[in-house]
Amino acid sequence: MRPILKRLDLGAHERREIVQDDWTYLGEEGAPTAASAALIVPLADLANHRGYAGRLGVRLSPADAAEDLGEDVKRLSLVAVTFPSAGEGRGFTQGRLLRSARFGFKGELRAVGAGVKQDLLFIMARCGFDAFELAPGQKVEEALRALDRYRVAYAPAEPVPSVKLQRYHAAG
Amino acid sequence: MYQYDQLDQAFVDQRVAEFRDQTRRFLAGELSEDEFKAVRLRNGLYIQRYAPMLRIAVPYGLLSSRQLRKLGAIAQRYDRGFGHFTTRTNLQLNWPKLEDVPDILAELATVQMHAIQTSGNCIRNVTADHLAGIAPDEVDDPRPYCEIIRQWANLHPEFTYLPRKFKFAVTGSPEDRAASEVHDIGLHMRRDTHGNIGFQVLVGGGLGRTPIIGQVIREFLPLPDLLSYLDAILRVYNRYGRRDNIHKARIKILVKAVGIAKFRDQVETEWRAAQDISPRLDMAEVERIRAFFKPPAYESLPDMDVAAGREPEFQAWYRYNTRPHKVSGYRAAFVSLKAHGENPGDISSAQMDAVADLADRVSFGLVRVTHTQNLLLGDVKQNELYGVWQELRRLGLATPNIGTLTDMIACPGLDFCSLANAGTLKVAHQIQKQFDDLDYLYDLGDIEVKMSGCMNACGHHHVGHIGILGVDKHGEEWYQITLGGSVNGSTTLGQVIGPSVAQADVASTIERIVDVYRAKREDGERFIETFRRVGVKPFKEGVYATHSEAA
Repeated sequence: MRPILKRLDLGAHERREIVQDDWTYLGEEGAPTAASAALIVPLADLANHRGYAGRLGVRLSPADAAEDLGEDVKRLSLVAVTFPSAGEGRGFTQGRLLRSARFGFKGELRAVGAGVKQDLLFIMARCGFDAFELAPGQKVEEALRALDRYRVAYAPAEPVPSVKLQRYHAAG
Repeated sequence: MYQYDQLDQAFVDQRVAEFRDQTRRFLAGELSEDEFKAVRLRNGLYIQRYAPMLRIAVPYGLLSSRQLRKLGAIAQRYDRGFGHFTTRTNLQLNWPKLEDVPDILAELATVQMHAIQTSGNCIRNVTADHLAGIAPDEVDDPRPYCEIIRQWANLHPEFTYLPRKFKFAVTGSPEDRAASEVHDIGLHMRRDTHGNIGFQVLVGGGLGRTPIIGQVIREFLPLPDLLSYLDAILRVYNRYGRRDNIHKARIKILVKAVGIAKFRDQVETEWRAAQDISPRLDMAEVERIRAFFKPPAYESLPDMDVAAGREPEFQAWYRYNTRPHKVSGYRAAFVSLKAHGENPGDISSAQMDAVADLADRVSFGLVRVTHTQNLLLGDVKQNELYGVWQELRRLGLATPNIGTLTDMIACPGLDFCSLANAGTLKVAHQIQKQFDDLDYLYDLGDIEVKMSGCMNACGHHHVGHIGILGVDKHGEEWYQITLGGSVNGSTTLGQVIGPSVAQADVASTIERIVDVYRAKREDGERFIETFRRVGVKPFKEGVYATHSEAA
């Protein structure tokens, strides 16, 4: 099973945990077949899984439009956003949009892919990600520290507990 | 100028600590070349032809004397005692050691400087008019808004991994002295009928392989909406900009592909839909930043004719290297980094020190960097100009050639840059030698020569009155000449005059070009005006006809 770094109880008392993944990707080898299993499907397969009995998640590729989740976004428990490499930055926008009022996604927003490495975790968290499927070889202790690397931020974004100094709140 | 508070200082300090750790991990083999590349570029560090190159940000071209002294000391301690100012008003060090870079960044942080996002596919150093705050024709000082953009852009969580680099220029005057129309976003300050500040917003300009002039996306953007609107543009770009081909990845290609009308619709729709995540600017914060750019304590002085009766050398310097100031009794004085025989934009540590001292004595301790690779003392009392000239002359920084043909822009080229095809510095020296006679230069008048060593166009060759582009032909350096480019007034892109010329022939080709100008010009007509009137044909004939006769 995969370890997942999770941010829990977001807010002033945020805590982190490393948990074993209880989600399964569609078509993944060894996937449990129980009807209640938590299942992540690619966006293209979402339509075929609308009647799925268990918890349902969708995985977005960088080129996918978050808008294509449509009304389904309200019943999804998880959206996995793909960061396939260090330079691919569309996932940051996907994350911010999903957390915005337009989409109002409150479930688990998970960063997945070979680009999910410690040096990006802080800005991923600021884009609203609360779960990280760390790329192979990433050290968990370093990743945990990396989440709190900055206590300063400028551009407005999702709150993270390490940031104590922040400019540009909305005009009152 | 802007002073860091606890927040800004903590940010750069944490950034240094982060890069120190990243460098350690790279040297320990824990970060791959590619992983390290993504983070080192975003801290200004390139691996160049012979050595690493560190590009230090000079936000909107403004330096305090203390900062300039620090740059000189860093160049002395960690490099070879000189630095190179670029068209983005940054300072490049050509020979730092990779393992020293965290220490260099730590030293920069002690004087409120950094090298954040001076390279990589992210928002780069924001540039402004070098006469910001002092130009007589100014609507308002653009620098507070540059500072706001600098802060917003630094480690922006959503826009630090864009399809390609992204450059802003902001101007506060009707005359565009910041080449803003060839930036990814150009902001022109305006006032509405109630006197409220806002911006005309241009998008999709840029040089490089596909030069395109920016188009107006918004005629008037109210100041409180500045960052939310920039967020919307960047978000549309981050989503839809091409990532499959590095040469098609700039926002200009996206804007061109979908058309400005549709792009505007996308941005406006996104902007309206995203008000919850892109809030309006806090105006108290804007006022806090504006307060740092209040005019210094000018004395009440009359304008005077300080050149009258002085030696012709001073009169020439006064005429070419100084500019009017909005406050009577003051002028702005260029520190020419275009001495004949030197690399354009280069300055030694000793010169940096001396200019810093001079700025403390005569210009409120501030120095400006121009995108034409010179420095400028912005606030010199007219009755001190003579002394300033004497001091600059002693330092080799008073070459009275600003605005003339030898005040040319040149990238570092093959001597340093691993992208270059051509030895631009050698050609620059050749041109300086050919046009060493000042009276001849003055007779030619206002001519902007801009030279790049490759298609990336760091030297802005497309918008030079005379543009020179180094190209590689079967391993040999050749130079393509364009004429008629301009960034002042209405931006135009130069036209290629014909087949490229060999390195040895560049200066003589330029001589033939200016000969055509001299033959064709009407009374008082500048080079660019003559070119616009007569077109490229006589220049073509002048260059290539003579060529074949000689052959």
